[in-house]
Amino acid sequence: MTSATIVEPKDAHPGYPTGLRRWLVTTDHKDIGLLYMGFSAAMFFVAGMLALVFRAELAAPGVQFLQGSLYNQLVTLHGLAMVFAFIMPFATGLNNYLIPLMIGSPRTALPRLSKWGFWLLPLAVMVLLIPFFLQFFGVGDGASQASWTMDNTGLDMQSRLGVDFTIVAVYLFGISSIFGAFNVIVTVLTLRTPTMSLWSMPLFCWGWLVVAFLLLLVVPVLATAVGLLFADRHFGTHFFIASGGGDPILFQHLFWFFGHPEVYIVVLPAWAILPTILSAFSRKPIYGYKAQVYSYWAIAFLGSIVWGHHMLAQGLPLMENLYFMYATFSISVPTSVLIFCWIGTIWRGAMTFETPMLFALGAIVGMLIGGLSGVLIPDAGAYSQYHNTMYITGHFHYPFFGAAVLGMMATVYYYLPKMTGRMYNESLGRLHFWITAVSFNVTFLSMMMVGLAGMPRHVVDYAIKYADWNRVISVAAFVLGAAQLIFLYNVIQTIRGHGEKAADKPWEGAVGLEWTPSSPPPS
Amino acid sequence: MLIESEILKMLRKSCLSFLLLACLGGSAYADWAFNFQPAVAPLADDALRIHNRFMVLVIALFVSTMAVMAYSLFYHRKDKGFKPAIFTGPTTPTLWVLSALPFIGLVFVDYVWVGVPAYYAAVTMENTQEGADLVLRVTASQWKWQYEYPAQGIKFVSSLSTPLTQIYQGAAKGDNYLLEVDNPLVLPVNKKIRILLLSSDVMHAWSVPAFGVKRAAVPGFLRETWVKIEKEGTYRGQCAQICGTNHAFMPIVVEAVSVERFAAWVAKKKAEQEALTTSAEKVWTKDELLQHGQGIYEKICISCHLPGGVGIPGVFPALADSKIVNSPYQDASGRLIKDGHLDRVLNGKQGTAMQAFKNTLSDVDIAAVVTYERNSFGNKTGDVLQPVLVRKLR
Amino acid sequence: MHQVLAPNSNRLIVKLVALVLGAFAFGCALVPFYTIICRVTGLNGKTEGVVSWAGGVTADLSRFVTVEFAGTTMQGLSWEFRPTTERITVHPGEITTTTFYARNPTNETLSGQAVPSVSPGWVAQYFKKIECFCFKQQQLQAGEERQMPLVFYVSPDLPVDVHEIALAYSFFPITKSR
Repeated sequence: MTSATIVEPKDAHPGYPTGLRRWLVTTDHKDIGLLYMGFSAAMFFVAGMLALVFRAELAAPGVQFLQGSLYNQLVTLHGLAMVFAFIMPFATGLNNYLIPLMIGSPRTALPRLSKWGFWLLPLAVMVLLIPFFLQFFGVGDGASQASWTMDNTGLDMQSRLGVDFTIVAVYLFGISSIFGAFNVIVTVLTLRTPTMSLWSMPLFCWGWLVVAFLLLLVVPVLATAVGLLFADRHFGTHFFIASGGGDPILFQHLFWFFGHPEVYIVVLPAWAILPTILSAFSRKPIYGYKAQVYSYWAIAFLGSIVWGHHMLAQGLPLMENLYFMYATFSISVPTSVLIFCWIGTIWRGAMTFETPMLFALGAIVGMLIGGLSGVLIPDAGAYSQYHNTMYITGHFHYPFFGAAVLGMMATVYYYLPKMTGRMYNESLGRLHFWITAVSFNVTFLSMMMVGLAGMPRHVVDYAIKYADWNRVISVAAFVLGAAQLIFLYNVIQTIRGHGEKAADKPWEGAVGLEWTPSSPPPS
Repeated sequence: MLIESEILKMLRKSCLSFLLLACLGGSAYADWAFNFQPAVAPLADDALRIHNRFMVLVIALFVSTMAVMAYSLFYHRKDKGFKPAIFTGPTTPTLWVLSALPFIGLVFVDYVWVGVPAYYAAVTMENTQEGADLVLRVTASQWKWQYEYPAQGIKFVSSLSTPLTQIYQGAAKGDNYLLEVDNPLVLPVNKKIRILLLSSDVMHAWSVPAFGVKRAAVPGFLRETWVKIEKEGTYRGQCAQICGTNHAFMPIVVEAVSVERFAAWVAKKKAEQEALTTSAEKVWTKDELLQHGQGIYEKICISCHLPGGVGIPGVFPALADSKIVNSPYQDASGRLIKDGHLDRVLNGKQGTAMQAFKNTLSDVDIAAVVTYERNSFGNKTGDVLQPVLVRKLR
Repeated sequence: MHQVLAPNSNRLIVKLVALVLGAFAFGCALVPFYTIICRVTGLNGKTEGVVSWAGGVTADLSRFVTVEFAGTTMQGLSWEFRPTTERITVHPGEITTTTFYARNPTNETLSGQAVPSVSPGWVAQYFKKIECFCFKQQQLQAGEERQMPLVFYVSPDLPVDVHEIALAYSFFPITKSR
């Protein structure tokens, strides 16, 4: 675990546990945050490797080394691990670390709950991966092949072990994120420094508050969906099987009732930190603070009532299709309010372009492309050309990677001096940004192109006419993967104490309570 | 420090040029498509038209937003000595109006510019309840399509015909690699064809991009869509819902022909079906069955049960030494033994990847492959299963 | 919890737990809710499972509706199953009888459950079945074949622009134990 290498806080108070014990018994919000971030960053690399394995297979037509079943399993695991074991816990780690500092509290409200939430994660990941490895010993048929959405319930029923383990893992991940959500809500609502009103707290707190409520609303629905699926598999019920009066489409409704808000759960923490970083490096206050807060709530609300646009090719009645189309279009308004405010924040500022700023600007562009490519999709008139093609895959990686991951990288670079007391290597940081930005866009724009041309997603092999784009995607994906090693190296070097000592407030334009304590903050 | 930054610069340059090379260099196939396949049916016309309408504005929005950003990034910099402003929102009524404009524009694009034509397209797409000239039943199963023309009395199965050597052993690939089938669907042009979709196992999706058609086949539920092909030609699509191991190998090929040629094809297909019936009635020799059965095995069964019938322990059962294969398939009074060898091949096993091949294979095919399996891989039942019996038991 | 939380935060936690339980209950409630919605609106093409003959329906002789039939056996059911008539043109309100053919060629008694589905889905509410083999499980003895009846009418309330509808049966195997 990378976080295990983080140096002991220099001015830890006497009696503060050290070594391994520190990480096991700690209730310090910063340590818990680091645990979350370290573990999920490791999962980022694991899940990324899975993607590179199947991208290598997809580099040329023909099945080279991955059979269809293994390919499907890798795609499924990549999706599940990235969403549940990387992005969500990483954002939880950030909130554990940052929110108390931002609201002037020495701790989070429910650190033990939060810590339990963390220790569920390695367990969940193990449960998720066990069937994949068991198949090499002749046990079972591997991990789930049904993609992370599991929405082909007939296919789920055919799986021997994989789907069961996935369901258990989803429960563990779900409980973990609900614990995290409790912690955020109680912390933000009760532990703010007396002078800080809700309307003066940092946007990151607002964003996470919205995310936490979304989690509490939609994760139980996912739990219902996969729980009933489990019952169908083992207890002879027919919730999603037509023979006993069930409907496989019902599973899709339940899943996407969770699945669409999940997109906002993933991106909102990053959206909420962007204005802070943009404002710091523009040396100018955040533009449209209230407009952004209202947009978060609007997005959370609208995002919860539009799930059906994932199902427009499933043969829903016309009225449903029309409703989901027009309802989904409405999300473009609050989303563009956010982009408008971000640009408003840098407009007429005095910008400098340190690495966090580069990543934040990259995240704006990523969200712009993600949003604009996404607003086409719910269009019921053309949906049949987008549904389940690589266009969808390319599109959703923009908000997920382009906005959420780039935004989190901006956050890491921005707060790394605060967390470690050292400055990271600026030129390595910039190098990381430029290679990431270019290779990321090449990868996923090409995916959209080949998807528009008709290539379906989830396929282990493809027709000759899709070969050119796929070669580009694979090469760019490997460059993208390699660029993250620069990031890893840079962060580890910083943690190990290379680099200049960081001031308490290393950024000229930074504002907020989190810059008051020393770097790193005392335990 | 200086050297380090030089190295970094070089590294950056080489990475970027590597990417550039990957994009432009050595284009063996030169198919840089960036829009839908040419539309040959009303639904595809609608989709393309709306997509283009939308895309133009989306690109315009992107470019204008990026232009504003670029302007800001270029001029509002500390190193140009720009003094930061302090505003946190629109300050004058004019600015309020100006900043509302993009959103009014967006609402217009969503609900009028695209929303209105999309409404009509969606309504058209669902218009299956009148004016059909021909009904086609499509039954999806892992991993093939069964097509049935009830009015014409034609029924056949269409599955991938790309040789396994091209897929798995790197043999030179044909032009229609993975997009070719043994029995293409033949449809007349300028006729409204109503397509009824069923599934016999898991969810699939029938999709032909040139028709603008993509619709799920949901187990236990009837789905339908329609197409009116405007131009003769061959159109290709694929299953569009992940449906298991061979999801990538479930293509759809449609040959659109004139009404006259369609009538001729119907006559020919019916004659073929009758010939199949006749050939099933003749008594086949063991060698003929073994030879034919080996072909079927190597085309279909081999992908799971593997060469030599060894299977994958715990996943796909072995046929060599299998209890089922070496037990009888019919009882003393000539009835099919439930869960026996022939029953498995004909009807599949619920909840597994073993499909019901009675929908896919002819009497002769099934008789041959069962005979082959019962006399190969070390199995020595000596049975010869005649196609006539398969017909009786299917 | 070793931290002493302010009483208001304890109340908050209780509320949040209630919220989660409420969301879970909501998720569970969506299942019967969906079924009810589907029954009322025919959202997913499922026809009503009960005999529905409201006496006194008069046939609307001024128009025709064509009903297309289809049938498939699901994986694992060793039967032959198909409609005996491919399509029927009827007047709305006219009671019609048709049959589906089923045969069990095996040496065992096998049971199956037919699941009806109407397309377009919303038309399901106008499709009234008086007698149907799908009302209960069907059992075929070894080697038995049977013509299974379906007696239905299409409600005269069917919107006038609907001229063609389709009805399909998927025959699922009933297994003793999985």
